[in-house]
Amino acid sequence: MNTLLVLPVIVPIGAAAFIWLFNSRPRIQHALVLLTVAATLAVACLILRQTAAGDVHSTQIGHWPAPYGITFIVDGFSTLMLLISTLIGGMAALFSIGDTADRRHAGYFPLFFILLGGVNGAFLTGDLFNLYVWFEVLLMASFVLMALGGQRTQIEGAVKYVMLNLAGSTLLLAGIGIIYGLTGTLNMADLAAKLAGVSNAGRVNAAAMLLLAAFCIKSAIFPFFFWLPASYHTPPPAVAALFAGLLTKVGIYALVRMFTLVFVADTAATFKLLRILAGLTMVSGVLGALIQKDMRRLFAFLIVSEIGFVLMGIGFRTERALTGTIFFLMHMAVVKSTLFLMTGVIEHWKGTVRLDRLGSLFEDHPAFGYLFLGPVFALAGLPPLSGFWGKYVLVQAGLIEKYYLLVGVALAVSLTTLWVVARIWMEAFWRPACAPKRRADAPLGLLRIGPIVVLAAVTFLLGLWAEPFHAQALQAAGQLLHPSAYMQAVLGGP
Amino acid sequence: MYMMALLVGGLFAMAVYCLLRRNLLKLVFGFLILSHAVNLLIFTAGGLTRNAPPIAPSEAKFLAAPYADPLPQALILTAIVINFGVFAFLLALVDKARRKTGTDDSDAMKGSDA
Repeated sequence: MNTLLVLPVIVPIGAAAFIWLFNSRPRIQHALVLLTVAATLAVACLILRQTAAGDVHSTQIGHWPAPYGITFIVDGFSTLMLLISTLIGGMAALFSIGDTADRRHAGYFPLFFILLGGVNGAFLTGDLFNLYVWFEVLLMASFVLMALGGQRTQIEGAVKYVMLNLAGSTLLLAGIGIIYGLTGTLNMADLAAKLAGVSNAGRVNAAAMLLLAAFCIKSAIFPFFFWLPASYHTPPPAVAALFAGLLTKVGIYALVRMFTLVFVADTAATFKLLRILAGLTMVSGVLGALIQKDMRRLFAFLIVSEIGFVLMGIGFRTERALTGTIFFLMHMAVVKSTLFLMTGVIEHWKGTVRLDRLGSLFEDHPAFGYLFLGPVFALAGLPPLSGFWGKYVLVQAGLIEKYYLLVGVALAVSLTTLWVVARIWMEAFWRPACAPKRRADAPLGLLRIGPIVVLAAVTFLLGLWAEPFHAQALQAAGQLLHPSAYMQAVLGGP
Repeated sequence: MYMMALLVGGLFAMAVYCLLRRNLLKLVFGFLILSHAVNLLIFTAGGLTRNAPPIAPSEAKFLAAPYADPLPQALILTAIVINFGVFAFLLALVDKARRKTGTDDSDAMKGSDA
């Protein structure tokens, strides 16, 4: 049994229990948080070392052989997602230590790490029902984190978030029930082998669509994205950054996993649907962002738009397109969390994140202005930043497969994103201040500016030194499209 | 089998009707009914076998063919436990929402949309 594979789940959730013990001793608690962040990052790096060469590792929990027990498995894709999630989780945790505002409550850090453990579990599991359980773990933690603090907007946002996500979970469970009825197994690799022999294509498609709807709700894809902009701007910035970086990505991860490994029989219909949804998601996200005044709501709408790009790559279903998807996924997770943390800093300085009340940020804080420049223009896909490479590969893949309409829409959306981003820059940074300063500048502290610098540096790194990341993404995409190594790692045999 | 299918369908219809109401408490009950509907769906889809517990007689090495599959029940049990926790949280959330906003009409909750 490869113990390393369960550590990304055990370390955060175990640490959550210890952190809970020291609620009344903030200094010990903060030290424990630092320790946990370091430990989870170290575990993720060790796993990367095992899989970087293209191996797939699996472990059977409790030594129950594959289709009966629960399998944990890492391939290239799950390793990259694991790495990004621990990085973002760690940086958001550090930021919230520095964020000494009155918003902190007893359960904050334990829930934070339970959420991280749930996300990692969803990335690692090779069992469909276990995936549902991890979804519930991370949702439960996120519900409480979202509502913690209990301001009116937070509670209203939480109601919308909770209800739609619960509906999604229930659909997922219904799909799982039907799949179990069809095949008698829930192990993903075993499902891939057994679903090929199921003659009733209609029922397989019904289950696939139930799962698709569930993952669409969780990753804020077109008809189901309304909960995201209604709720993401309400919690504290560190929590918003964690959600923006991780939650929708888990949905996308599950979507990629199920539609590359399991539901590969009727690709013509399902992948056309994915491409249509991708176009609609992109357009509705960016149009929503265009009219927002609140910076956080604006970024929330841009998350929806970027999810459309990721989905587009899945819909093309070639190795190149999936490479673009994986690279773009890493880029957007890092960039979005950075930007949400940065809105926390802006709020600290100016007392607001509304574009119509902000101004002269660049004059007051030039260093921060330059730092902001990187992620925000990476978002618009300006070369040589990270967003550009992701979009470049995706567009190239689309042109090769001759999906000209969708590629055209994607380019138009990109251009509109640039307009939105330029508007942020002009209104918040370049325009003279329109309101007098509300607060004196309290010192920010290393723990708040440090995580932002680290994440922004990762954005620059992804852009300027894209080659190794692209190579890893390419390898992961190859593993996704040719899952023989995956299936062999789970089921054994030739 | 048909009775179960009808029951599940009816429960789904009730749940969707409740979920589409504006009243928050109806929403919570809609979710409760929906989770029951899904549990019964798993139970039915897993195959109904009557009067055949999955227990091998002491002299037999393997289980003889017609026996009830215990796994759907294990799945449902897990789902029930999860839904119980979620339901408790939902009730608390809706109560808090009613106190904070002074209404239980989801149409009036536009404070976070400004």
